[in-house]
Amino acid sequence: MIKHFINLEWKQYFRSSYWQKSLGLNILLVFFAIYFTVGFLFFGFMLLPIIKKLYPEQDPFVVANSFMFFWIIIDLMMRFFLQKLPVMSVKPLLTLPIKRSTVVHYVLGKSALSFFNFLPLFAIIPFSIKLMGDGYETPMILTWMFTTIILVLIINFFNFIVEALSAKTELSFLPLIAIIGALYGLDYFNVLPIKSAIGGTLMTIANNPILILIPIGFLLLFYWYNFKILEDKLYLDSSLKSKVTEVKVAELSWTRHFGDIAPFMQLDLKLIWRNKRTKSSVFIMIIGLVYGLFFYPQPVYKDMVWLFPFIGIFVTGIFLINFGQFIPAWDSGYYKMLMSQNIKYEQYLRSKFILMVLSVGIMFVLSIPYVYFGWKILVAHFAAAIYNIGVNSHVMLFGGSFNRKKIDLNQRAAFNYQGTGAVQWIIGLPLMLLPMGIFAVVNWLVGFEAGIAVLILMGIAGVVLHKKLMKIITQRYLDSKYKMIDAFSKDN
Amino acid sequence: MIYTKDLSKSYSGTTVLNIEALSIPKGQSFGLVGNNGAGKTTYFSLLLDLIKPSTGNVTNNSIVVDQSEDWKPFTSSFIDESFLIGYLTPDEYFYFIGDLRGQNKADVDALTSQFEDFFNGEILGKKKYLRDLSKGNQKKVGIVAALIGNPEVIILDEPFANLDPTTQIRLKKILKDLAEKQGVTILISSHDLMHITDVCERIVVLEKGDIVKDLETNPTTLKELEAHFASNMNVAQEE
Repeated sequence: MIKHFINLEWKQYFRSSYWQKSLGLNILLVFFAIYFTVGFLFFGFMLLPIIKKLYPEQDPFVVANSFMFFWIIIDLMMRFFLQKLPVMSVKPLLTLPIKRSTVVHYVLGKSALSFFNFLPLFAIIPFSIKLMGDGYETPMILTWMFTTIILVLIINFFNFIVEALSAKTELSFLPLIAIIGALYGLDYFNVLPIKSAIGGTLMTIANNPILILIPIGFLLLFYWYNFKILEDKLYLDSSLKSKVTEVKVAELSWTRHFGDIAPFMQLDLKLIWRNKRTKSSVFIMIIGLVYGLFFYPQPVYKDMVWLFPFIGIFVTGIFLINFGQFIPAWDSGYYKMLMSQNIKYEQYLRSKFILMVLSVGIMFVLSIPYVYFGWKILVAHFAAAIYNIGVNSHVMLFGGSFNRKKIDLNQRAAFNYQGTGAVQWIIGLPLMLLPMGIFAVVNWLVGFEAGIAVLILMGIAGVVLHKKLMKIITQRYLDSKYKMIDAFSKDN
Repeated sequence: MIYTKDLSKSYSGTTVLNIEALSIPKGQSFGLVGNNGAGKTTYFSLLLDLIKPSTGNVTNNSIVVDQSEDWKPFTSSFIDESFLIGYLTPDEYFYFIGDLRGQNKADVDALTSQFEDFFNGEILGKKKYLRDLSKGNQKKVGIVAALIGNPEVIILDEPFANLDPTTQIRLKKILKDLAEKQGVTILISSHDLMHITDVCERIVVLEKGDIVKDLETNPTTLKELEAHFASNMNVAQEE
């Protein structure tokens, strides 16, 4: 049975129009995978000398264990945003003579083979080897190594439980951030010494190999819980059939101010507010807003002026990046209809453009309080906002004409919690790195004001050329009309 | 009104549609029948410029459809559920289509209220998303939306499929009224020979992309069509 599943997935993956069209993206992903693998290997081999140098008086093994708490937290965060439970379309399988439990075991088993689970091994195994070479008892280190591998799997399955539970709520990422923030806070203010508790537990297990049964027990428990969650979903009436909800009708008459693009504005606003996928990109704006807080309060970044535009682009452009990169795929479900209707492409695109510009404006206004950390930050954010409006918004629209992946807003596919993962963040990178690079160079050669001026001028140039750019973009869309219709009418 | 010349569509060497010449005069109700894969939906997609013709072209009111978009204001269509926007309510969807076709809310309301019967009280004013409606009700919304804005050409692909018997009969009446009273050109396709002979003045049979029959509807047409499709079956058995 497993053989059939693998065969099905292989075909689904390589026969999807997405794979064939976005080879470049796949290559980029592979590149990132290799990059991280090498990075982790290096980290694994160097960790022991680094710890010895930084903490010469302490036992390196104890030090390493005391940092496990941070690793668990970071791992969990990364997974929550980047790793999704493997999607499998189960509806066609339900009526076939296949046990439900087989399907669920398969999906869970597949998730255990995720890259996220292999990555830590590249650090853990070299580190263990180095420890053994350093004179630590081999059985103890081996026990420790297996414990951490089990820990990786525990995090893997714990993450899916968190995702499954949070998928039910609107603010899906808030509970996780709250939990992690609380854990970190408790430890930081010495209310509960979680850090040393986890370190101590790992040490104890390493010294008493029989206790490894405890993490194995947890692993089985989490696996079982995941199994239960998924098994319940494998009925047509629960997850495959959507709940009928009463609609709150909004008039949105204020959009009339935008003239001939009003119908599209209304449609876009409804699109964003009434679908889970798009709604989450609104809530991600909150993350974007607090993103600066990771950097600005820390004195290390105080003088890293070249970093400010990067953060500025991220903060003011998070919606633009998140929403913009799926234009026009958001409308893929009814793209055929739009194309046979009496509409002007330019109006359709302009509505999206205005939406993105509005979001940048709102985000900039909301990010003004960052001025508390220095006026340069406010100036940099302003320049970034102008750059977003003038350059990135057009880039997004232009890039959209290469979009060939259908988005199923109706979300009938089971196990599909949020849809996209790592890919969508990678696409956003050049949009942030390019202005940062330009600014950094000018800032280094001339000075801060000149760097800001260059970004603002680029943005203004984009605004001035807006009409012309839109014409080019519209032509691009017209040229690839048939290809888009064809790709959007296929189910991946 | 609609003139098709040397039109063909092929996918990697396989021709799925090949029409030398087909002329549909204004006001005609035109029916397209054929087995699966005969090319009905392909023809309609070409009419709506959703796919690119391999050769030839379609002219709609002397506008070549793949060269200009000026045919869009007077042409409307419903091909399948992908024409619906799942996250809108039926009313919002009608208003949206109305907006695109230059009709205000009152115009749209005036039109849709004529179809209270057809909707069977399950569509208008119900605060449900289109994606939550049954297949049949979705179809009703799509068909009525295609009537908004006084189009001169209406294209409906398999309008009778998925509808309950009562609604099928009501739909036949709607289509007949349209063709008779307002001189609208209607193109429909169907697998139901009885319905299509009832509604259409002219029926064209497609087979593997070719036109094999072109009939004016008269009392014997249904028999003739039935005989045609039954003979196909015999041929298949003999082979």
